[in-house]
Amino acid sequence: MDGMLKALTASWEALPYILGGVWWTLGLIIGAMAVGLVLGVPLAVGQVYGTRPVRRLASLYVWLFRGVPILVQLYLFYFGILAYLSRFEVLAFLHLDSAFTAAVLVLGLTSAAYQSQIFRGAIQSLPEGQLKAARALGMTDTTAISTIILPQALRLSIPAWSNEYSILLKDSALAFVIGVLEIMSRTRSVAATTHQPLPLSILAGLIFFVLTWAGIKALKTLEAKVRMEGYSHQGSL
Amino acid sequence: MQNESVVLRVEDVVKHLGGQRILDGVSLTVKKGRLKVLIGPSGAGKSTLLQCINFLLPPDEGKVFLDGREINGKSKKELLWLRQRVGMIFQDFNLFDHLTAMENVRVALIKVKKMDKRAATHRAMEELARVGLADKAGLYPAQLSGGQKQRVSVARALAMDPAVMLLDEPTSALDPELIGEVLAVIRDLADAGMTMIMATHQIGFSSSLADEFLFMEKGRIIERGAPSDLLARGSCSRTMAFCAKLSELSGEMGG
Repeated sequence: MDGMLKALTASWEALPYILGGVWWTLGLIIGAMAVGLVLGVPLAVGQVYGTRPVRRLASLYVWLFRGVPILVQLYLFYFGILAYLSRFEVLAFLHLDSAFTAAVLVLGLTSAAYQSQIFRGAIQSLPEGQLKAARALGMTDTTAISTIILPQALRLSIPAWSNEYSILLKDSALAFVIGVLEIMSRTRSVAATTHQPLPLSILAGLIFFVLTWAGIKALKTLEAKVRMEGYSHQGSL
Repeated sequence: MQNESVVLRVEDVVKHLGGQRILDGVSLTVKKGRLKVLIGPSGAGKSTLLQCINFLLPPDEGKVFLDGREINGKSKKELLWLRQRVGMIFQDFNLFDHLTAMENVRVALIKVKKMDKRAATHRAMEELARVGLADKAGLYPAQLSGGQKQRVSVARALAMDPAVMLLDEPTSALDPELIGEVLAVIRDLADAGMTMIMATHQIGFSSSLADEFLFMEKGRIIERGAPSDLLARGSCSRTMAFCAKLSELSGEMGG
């Protein structure tokens, strides 16, 4: 009984500190999803509509970031690239050489590779006639892709994209290795001083679970909001 | 008759697709306000020909002239000009699924013709009214019947003020009871003097409107002439045989 009480007390006392990590975790995910989106869309367009060299380059990118573990990338970025960049005072001044930046970049660049595959699939699932009709109206390919193809493809991507959110949420826990003060690194540091790793890990797990649930709920709402009226993708195939 | 202006001229167009010679030297001339009808078995190259005319499929050989101007497939600017001037109606409509009927008609006015939003909306509503769909303006394609979708696509093409319209089997994907409303719209277009080339199996309908039937087979136009001549009693034209078969089939199917 005594042990249980100790565990609960330790968890309760650590809660505010660990919850403080939620902001860092959310910052990592939002940053990474944004980086992933901004790079993932052009990567997908490049893979579908690009010239041969563009397609090659895009798929090289995807293979690279899918192939190298996030942990390895975190070390490479933090101790390699960003350490080098921190010589430039401007970047250091803007805190762009921080562990947080490194983690956002690594998670974002990796996510871009995966997100591009989600968007590519959605683009390729659209009927070929959509692009044809847009071209027949005199649209340039750029206009056709941005006003006809992507608005549809991105809508269709949201379910798979929510999945990417939950994956990133869990991958973000790896950022503790370079010292980002997110949920996991705070949990570990409290566990080291209180010697209560098990209850604290359960607590961290619960926090991650709630974040996953809330995020996916929010994305479901978005999906319903931007839904194409009366359109069922299954029905159109 | 002699001084009617030629809107579109196609000369010796050849197109290969997947290693096959789909178009084998096709030529035709369309004068202002006329309707040419392409008929023939599927796989004859009708659809490919239409798509070569607006360079959705760039021809391998041959020339396309619009308003007397030869289209150089290499010039992007000229291609965009051509496509703005040539309206296209597809067999499966190809409405943009994320846009309402009105937005479907309006989008190219804003993005291609750079009209301001209000003028474009106004124009889009006019064109929808013209095809009898003003009350459906706010509906999405998935909420429209096939016939309504095709009429929206006609409105979308008309909004661009095309010099010529290409209709690629506009009623082939429709349920029989919906064909009539689309044909009525096409008849209105013909009556209003729209220049058109239409691929279709609606022989009866088009013979009353077309000034010429072009019968295609294996990538060539093998017969051409006024519908009344080709379909005259006792004519032993290839067209006649094909049409007899079509009507026999539709008779069997109770259509």
